[in-house]
Amino acid sequence: MNFIEARKLVHEYIRRDEEGNVESIQTALDHVDIDVKPGEFVAVLGHNGSGKSTFAKHLNVLLVPTEGTLWVDGKDVTEEENLWDIRKNAGMVFQNPDNQIIASVVEEDVGFGPENIGIPTEEILKRVDKSLKSVGMLEYREHSPNKLSGGQKQRVAIAGVMAMEPKCIVLDEPTAMLDPNGRKEVLDAVERLNQEKGVTIILITHYMEEVVRADRVYVMDQGKVVMEGTPREVFSQVDTLKKYRLDVPQITLLAHELRQAGMAVPKGILTRQELVEALCQ
Amino acid sequence: MLRDITIGQYYPADSVIHKLDPRTKLFATLLFVISLFTFRNPVGLGLAAVFMASFIWLSKVPFGYMVKGLRAIVVILIITALFNLFLTPGEPLVKFWIFSISQEGFISAGKMAMRLIFLIIGTSVVTLTTTPNALTDGLEKALRPLNAIKIPVHEIAMMMSIALRFIPILVEETDKIMKAQIARGADFESGNLIKKAKNMVPLLVPLFISAFRRANDLALAMEARCYHGGSGRTKMKPLRYQKRDGIAYMIVIVYFGVMIAVGIWL
Ligand SMILES: Nc1ncnc2c1ncn2[C@@H]1O[C@H](COP(=O)(O)OP(=O)(O)OP(=O)(O)O)[C@@H](O)[C@H]1O
Ligand SMILES: [Mg+2]
Repeated sequence: MNFIEARKLVHEYIRRDEEGNVESIQTALDHVDIDVKPGEFVAVLGHNGSGKSTFAKHLNVLLVPTEGTLWVDGKDVTEEENLWDIRKNAGMVFQNPDNQIIASVVEEDVGFGPENIGIPTEEILKRVDKSLKSVGMLEYREHSPNKLSGGQKQRVAIAGVMAMEPKCIVLDEPTAMLDPNGRKEVLDAVERLNQEKGVTIILITHYMEEVVRADRVYVMDQGKVVMEGTPREVFSQVDTLKKYRLDVPQITLLAHELRQAGMAVPKGILTRQELVEALCQ
Repeated sequence: MLRDITIGQYYPADSVIHKLDPRTKLFATLLFVISLFTFRNPVGLGLAAVFMASFIWLSKVPFGYMVKGLRAIVVILIITALFNLFLTPGEPLVKFWIFSISQEGFISAGKMAMRLIFLIIGTSVVTLTTTPNALTDGLEKALRPLNAIKIPVHEIAMMMSIALRFIPILVEETDKIMKAQIARGADFESGNLIKKAKNMVPLLVPLFISAFRRANDLALAMEARCYHGGSGRTKMKPLRYQKRDGIAYMIVIVYFGVMIAVGIWL
């Protein structure tokens, strides 16, 4: 069974004037079908305004569908009584590391989620330990979040979600405000959670290099899913990606241009290593 | 000036005062603040000073740290002192133009200034030795009875702890915006008071917009982590009174009794 199952999902942002008349309708999701299996690492790509964040917010029931259906962990998001179950099982990490840390001490922030779902005290302490360790931030447990780097803050935010022991983590551009080092830290932590703990990951991103690590990729444009497949399949279509104003990873682009120049390089090269091997044959 | 606010700036150290239950500390502060308004003579002042000094010493927080908090209230301090100095009626000591300073004025200005200084230092002992979260936890638990009269104690405590977390962030942001606007030719220094206030507009507008955006993001993040108010919440660090809290309560109550007695009989 799929962990996430979106069928013809539609979301419209309706803007009303003061009298409550509809002023404009923005269709942010337009009949979206997305499936994610338990334990999968799925990336969602798309240009600005393509509806990625809107989709992510549905997974945590921060928004509800205008039309269509969405099941998370086998539960229908439109049913009120599923709300807390879904939020507990699909954690969410946002873009700005400052605006999602609630407490003034790292460990208290990580404990915030478990406190909300009524976990007993001793168990909270255990979970805080465990989740800080899983993102490599245990030695910072007594620190103030203000003094951490962006990457560290983001890992604290991930630990805060992990402490609720979700089956799935949705990350909405978690690296957009980070430097390359912070970006790597965060992605390594995410990948480890996926591989070692089997947490389902949905990574929304702008950076093509990050997508290479995923099992599957969805590409969105103007509220629609326009491409789907493994990173290799998606990145082998360089021209289609360009149409959606997306760049491919540098290495893939290089391979693509070499092939167009007539060299025998296979499609969908993702890493430097692969390109080296292809060229040295 | 913003950087001088020491409220909400926890100073980590391993001391008895740090380990006290926040409720104990809040209660002690309350009695201490009340006691400041009971003394009328130097004996009371001296007692309050000794009481405060011993707490500062026990807390292991450097004295300089406490005094830093005073910088933020220098203006208020001077204004209060001046008002007391000139506006207290009595036998004039010094006289010039329409102003006169009486001996009573002198004394009451001094008393007022001392009270304010003690008030700030006394409360910063608490904020420096208690994490903001412990502080709001303490408030929440101490004020829980007010729930009965429909005061949303948990929500207020949550608001306070969030405010404390975001003060340094917003201060930093103010700094950044200020620099950005100065680079664009904005002027925050010159002109009279009204002109200065007008010049603050290009600072305040972006600051407010960003604060609202942060608030919105934070609300989403809290909801995403299953926050739904105070009901059904457990605590990672529940408050439990220890023996030392009992002792502290006793010391504080004795101090308060003595202060009252001194205020009445001396
Ligand atoms: N609260 C809102 N009210 C009205 N329209 C909105 C709102 N939020 C988003 N939109 C619109 O919905 C569309 C999809 O927005 P969304 O934030 O989901 O895009 P995104 O793919 O996350 O973009 P980005 O890469 O910039 O984060 C955009 O056209 C946007 O203008
Ligand atoms: Mg977005």
